[in-house]
Parts: sequence; C-alpha cells; structure tokens
Amino acid sequence: MFVRLSAAIAAFGLLSSAVLAQGAKPTDPQIAHIAYTAGVIDIAAAKQALAKTSNKEIKAFAEDMVRDHEAVNKQALDLVKKLKVTPEDNDTSRSLSKNAADKLAELAKLKGAEFDKAYAANEVAYHKAVDGALETLLIPSATNAELKSLLQTGLKIFQGHEQHAEHVAAALK
Amino acid sequence: MMPRSTLPIVAVLVFGMSFSVHAETIQISMENLVISPAEATAKVGDTIEWINKDIFAHTATARSGDWDVTMPPKKTITLVLKKAGTIDYYCRFHPNMKATLTVTP
Repeated sequence: MFVRLSAAIAAFGLLSSAVLAQGAKPTDPQIAHIAYTAGVIDIAAAKQALAKTSNKEIKAFAEDMVRDHEAVNKQALDLVKKLKVTPEDNDTSRSLSKNAADKLAELAKLKGAEFDKAYAANEVAYHKAVDGALETLLIPSATNAELKSLLQTGLKIFQGHEQHAEHVAAALK
Repeated sequence: MMPRSTLPIVAVLVFGMSFSVHAETIQISMENLVISPAEATAKVGDTIEWINKDIFAHTATARSGDWDVTMPPKKTITLVLKKAGTIDYYCRFHPNMKATLTVTP
C-alpha cells in the first residue's frame, strides 16, 4: 500500500514539478503533447502485458486500456489537426517517457503472477498520477474549450480505469 | 352477412388489435460514459436502440446473461426483446455504466 501510494505521489510530483520548473503553466500545445504521451505510455504498457500475461482479468483490462487510450489519442490527433496546433515536446513529456521506459524494462524482467501484480500496481499508480495531473494542472491550464472538454472526457474515463485497476490489483492478492 | 352497424365495431376491434401488437422502438443513449435513461421499460417484441455517442466502444451486457451487445464508437445497435423480466445491465468495458431495463410480457 505504502509503496503504491508513494509511487503515485512520486509520479505526480514529477509530472507537475517538471512543468512548474519551466516557471509557467503549460501551454495548449504542451498540454496536448503531455496528454498524448501519457496515452501512448499506457498503450505500450498494455501491449507488454498482453504479450506476457496468461491471466484473464489482466488480459481484459489491458485490452480495455488499448481500446480506450487509442480512442482518446485518435480524438486528440483529430483535434490538434483541426485547431492547426502542433503538439510541443516539453520536459514533462520527456520525463514521463523516460520513467515509462524504465518501468517497461523493469516489468520485462518479471514473469507470471509476479508480472501481473507489478503491472496492476503500476496501472493503479499511473492512473492516479495522470488523473491528479489532469485535475489539478492540465484541465485548469487548458485555454481552448475543445481541448479542455477532451481532457475532461479523458479524466472521466481514466478515473474508471483507476477503479478498474484497483479492482484487478485487489483480486490478485 | 353481418348487419351494417357492426362493421365499424369490427373495424375498431381489428385496428385496435393490430395497434396493440405493434412493436415499439425504445432509444437509450450512451453518452459521456452515462446510460440514459438509466431505467427504461419495454414489452417483449419491442426493439431497443442503443445509441453510442461516445468515442469509446461500449457494451450492454445483461447480468442475467440473456444478452451481450457490443457497440462500436458513434454507432447505434438494436436488439429485439424476446424475454420478459427486470434486467440489470452494464458496460463490460466501463463497469461504472449501469442501467435497468424492465421488459413486460
């Protein structure tokens, strides 16, 4: 429990402090990049899980993650195209990607039930961190109404993922 | 040969009967991860039209196991009701989406 919580706090701290370090609220092109990156990360994690797991619940959960995050990201791409905005890489996106790559490598070494548990725990922590960042930083900072609305839809669906991940993680204990 | 005066009555009866067996279409939307209306009633033979307005795929999955309908994003899927009962259903992908359908005979 402590490990999970502290991982979430650390991840969220990373997410917000990297942005704050730039001394300003993230701009819309940066927000779009962060949100898209966060989705790509979870899709990659789910694909790793699909390749490694033989647990039915984990498989179903990972399939949900791929389906939903791809849907949000497709919508995000359509929106930036429509708004003629180019997503802008930034420190937050970079630290998210770096962290995720480390996590993928760490999980790659695990097998069977050990992997399932670690994946589920990380999904809880990750969605908590992303939901926290959406709620307190990304949504309030977004200036374009359509971007804000898409982020709100994202938050709603990711909160469901967080609950679902908690449920899956609890069932593995 | 029927007396003239009974003809309109027969006509009303026939019309009334065909009217009462006429199946209806009931629309239920799935929008922003909410099923609306959350409580609906229908009769056996009626058609339920689930309208998925979200960018996400949803399902209407009966807890009783009677039916399990998958609707792709932005698509409408129909189902003809064959069995009476009060059916709780939910979306398998987003279990927070729940609703009840009461089907009368």
